[in-house]
This record gives sequence, C-alpha cells and structure tokens, in this order.
Amino acid sequence: MGIIKSDKLTYEYIIRDEEGNVDSIKKAVDEVSINVESGQFIAILGHNGSGKSTFAKHINAILTPSEGTMWVDGKDSSDYDNTWDIRQTAGMVFQNPDNQIISPVVEEDIGFGPENLGVKTEEIWERVNNALESVKMTKYRSKSPNRLSGGQKQRVAIAGVLAMEPKCIVLDEPTAMLDPNGRKDVIKTITELNKSKNVTIILITHYMEEVVNADKIFVIDEGKVVMEGSPREIFSQVERLKELRLDVPQVTLLAHELKKAGLPVPLGILTKEELEDAICQLF
Amino acid sequence: MSIILNNVSYVYGQGTPNEVKALDNINLEIKDGEFIGIIGHTGSGKSTLIQHLNGLIRATSGEIYYNGQDIYDKDYDMKEHRSKVGLVFQYPEYQLFETDVFKDVCYGPKNLGLSQKEAELRAFKALEMVGFPMDSFYRSPFDLSGGQKRRAAIAGVLAMRTEVLILDEPTAGLDPKGRDEILDLIARLHKKYNMTIILVSHSMEDVGKYADRLIVMDDGHVRFDGTPREVFKHYKELEEIGLAAPQVTYVMHELKEKGYNLNTDAITVEEAKNEILKFYKEKA
Repeated sequence: MGIIKSDKLTYEYIIRDEEGNVDSIKKAVDEVSINVESGQFIAILGHNGSGKSTFAKHINAILTPSEGTMWVDGKDSSDYDNTWDIRQTAGMVFQNPDNQIISPVVEEDIGFGPENLGVKTEEIWERVNNALESVKMTKYRSKSPNRLSGGQKQRVAIAGVLAMEPKCIVLDEPTAMLDPNGRKDVIKTITELNKSKNVTIILITHYMEEVVNADKIFVIDEGKVVMEGSPREIFSQVERLKELRLDVPQVTLLAHELKKAGLPVPLGILTKEELEDAICQLF
Repeated sequence: MSIILNNVSYVYGQGTPNEVKALDNINLEIKDGEFIGIIGHTGSGKSTLIQHLNGLIRATSGEIYYNGQDIYDKDYDMKEHRSKVGLVFQYPEYQLFETDVFKDVCYGPKNLGLSQKEAELRAFKALEMVGFPMDSFYRSPFDLSGGQKRRAAIAGVLAMRTEVLILDEPTAGLDPKGRDEILDLIARLHKKYNMTIILVSHSMEDVGKYADRLIVMDDGHVRFDGTPREVFKHYKELEEIGLAAPQVTYVMHELKEKGYNLNTDAITVEEAKNEILKFYKEKA
C-alpha cells in the first residue's frame, strides 16, 4: 500500500433548503481509487468544481469519506483516533497564504505547528531553522510576514508545514495568486523538497507548465478520475484536455499545431528544449 | 478623451519609518478605446497605479486628468468619475452579497440614486453584456460556478455605465477554460462597446494575446511601454525584474541563436506556428 491510498472514495454534499430539510445530494467525489507511492510527485488537474479540492481535503482528514476508504500512511481516515496522526503525516498548503499565516514574525509562525505538537523548545528551534533553510527564507526570519511578497509568504506557509515534519505535502493551487517569479520559486521549492528530502508532493494547479515534471498526473472531472498517466501521456491528448476545460503548456500546443499542419514533430512535447530539438530535427 | 497622469507620485506612510515610494513620477496617457495590459512583479506599483485611476488613492504629488478635467479639482464630481472608470478587484466574487444575482447587480445603480426601474434596466443590460444566462438571474450568487460568479461581479461594475474598465487579475484561480472565457468576454466588451480596458495580469501569454499596449511597472516606475511585440523583445530585461516573455517567444529566440534565420517577433502560438511553417516551406 502506498502512502496515500483511496478505495472507491465518495463524498457527498447534502444541500438543504431553508427549513433544513434535505433538498438534494451532490456527489463531489465519486468512487475515486488512487494509490500514491511514498516520494512521488503527483499532480491533480481538473476544472473549477471538478471535485479535486474536495478530494485533497480527504488526504489530511479535513473531510472524511461518505463512502469508501482513505488510508494515509496505512491509517484509515474515517477512524477519528487516527486524525491527528494523519494531519502530522500530510500537511496542507492553501491558495492564499494570508489565510494560513498567523504570527507577526516569520519564525514564530513556523514554530507554531511543532509547538502545538508538544515538541521541546530546542527541537522547535532546530526544526524552524531547517524549515527556513529548506525554503530559502532564513534571512527573513525576524521579519513581519505582511512585509513579504506573495511568493515569499507562500514559502513561509510551506516552511510552517515542513516544521511539522510531514511525509507528504498537499498543495491546493499554491501559485494562483503569485507573479511569475513567485510561482517559479514555489515550484522550485517543492521540487527540491521532493528530490532531496523525499517528501511526497500532491500538487493541485491550473498552470499546466508546473506539472510537466510530475511523476504522475490525475485528471478529475465530475468527481471521477478520468485520465491518469505521465505528463507526456496526458499532454499528448490536447483535444481531450480542452473538452475537460483544461489546457496544455504553450509549447505543447505549438507542437500540436505544427503537427496538425503536417510537420513531423512527435506527440507530447513538454518543454521548450524538447520543441527546439524537434524543430532542429526537421532541417 | 483620455486619462492623463502627469508626474504622479505616491508615498505610503509618509513621515513614518515605513515610508515607501510606491509610484515615482509617473507620466502616462491612456487613450480612449485602448486595450492595455499592465504587468509587474508583486510590489511593483501596479495596484497602486490602478487605484489612482478611479480615485481610490489620491496622489501625493502630480495631477490626473480625465477627459481634460483635473480629477483633484474641488468641483470635480468624484462619484461620477468612479462610475465612469470602473475597477474590478481581484477575486471580485467575494464582494457579491445579495440574495440573488439580479439584486446584486442592481445595488450599484440604486446607490447612484436611480429609480428601481432604471436600476433594473441597467442591471439587465449589464448582465446581457457579460453573457450571463437569463435563467440564472435569480439564483443566489453563492450557488454559481467560479467563472459565473466573476461574470456577475463584472456586471455589477458595468451597470454603472463604465467607460473605462480596469480589472485586477480577473482570471486568478480560474481553470484554463474559465480563463479563456473571461478574457474573451473582456475582448468583446472592448470591441463591441469600444470600452477602454486596463488589464492587470501575471500571465504574459494572456496579455500577449489580448492587449494592444503593455505597460511594465517596476519599483514604482514605468519600465517599458509599447506593443506586446516591442516589450517582449526585452525578454532578458523582463526576467531581471521578475517577469518573463511568453514561452513561444523564448522558443523563437533560442532557435535563432541555434542558427535558424527565423523572425523572432512571435508572441502567440498562432504567430509562432505560421513563422515556423513559412520557414519550413522555404527550406523544403
């Protein structure tokens, strides 16, 4: 069993009318079965309202399944006794860092998590130091978070999660509010964590360029996993992705258009280097 | 008819230890009917700049003219100015609050002192302009999808009979299709109603595709001002200030460096495709 495994996970929202009677039931997640191995970099794509965030909230037991099962590091999330262990195993980073940062000083904010876990003071500092170093924010440790840029704030939020020493980090659109540099920094930071510390990453995003290096991509639509595979397998299906309200990286689209126009370029080009090589092959 | 900024500077927290010069001597002319993209990294001054345009922030020094009138003039009707120059904030759906969409869009015009009937006519027109489906007019704004909520919020601004529409990252958080739909809507407002559009964006691909003119902000200054094609030629300098050019622009430049004599002007997929095809045919 992988670090995250779901079996026919279903989650239903109950919509009530003004008197509190059940009006209708909406299946936000519909029998999703996935398995993520420890140390993988996983991306989840899907349009707004597809159910991807609802699914992600199951990974650290913010939500528990209406039906089916979610195991995090072998622990069943429906068992309330496992909740705290699961939250320590899987940390979560949200879209807006301002909703996640609480202290007036960067280092205190990062220490908040381990402090709540009852970690000893010296060890808290050690964890704070390591977390700051991992996200390259050490020189901002005594600054106020509200003086930081969006990308820096998001890295502080990631450090706050890191200080809890999770095996897995779930990031729900962490770059949606950032400028290009902030976006790059956040993606670099999580890629680095995945590579050097073997932290399992689950990245939810609407930016297709951010997931070209993922080990595996899941595409969710109407609560179901509708596509699953390597970035190359997924992004070679340009038309299918468009039907699902998604997109491909700009270079992938250019390669696709060139191919449609009759040039012999391969399918599923993911980076500008690959595209340039393919074009050079033509001449 | 235009907006003119003359030596506009703005200092946050003047006289305190936290003094920050957010805008430094800005001179700009925004002409009627332009589609302008404003880009810049976080903290470059773009949000401060657009808040000046509709009078939410008053310049520390310098003047702003709208259609020839000084907006800081004592007799200037700032309330009317804010209807004419409408600002759609980031995540505007957070400002939806009424029980249904139609009432929400009526809120602005009613606050102008218009009659219920006039307010409703304007709301109807505004919702029509953004292509909001009529069968959803009386739905709660909270039951709508992300893209629909944003459409409703934009309609709320348009109901003020806006001449200049300023949007601060209108596509943040939307899925790719939702992104295209909102941008197509903005392009339609520009074309069909000749509305002046000022679009703040972090997506170089989007401004490259839609805007006629790009203004690049950096450290409170206008660093570049020109057509997207001209601006993206400076892709190396853009990188230094935390920005980039569209992916395809890099491809063209790098192919040229590899010795292929291509025109490196392309800023959209379409243009890059045509250029590569043309080059391929010439070679073949």
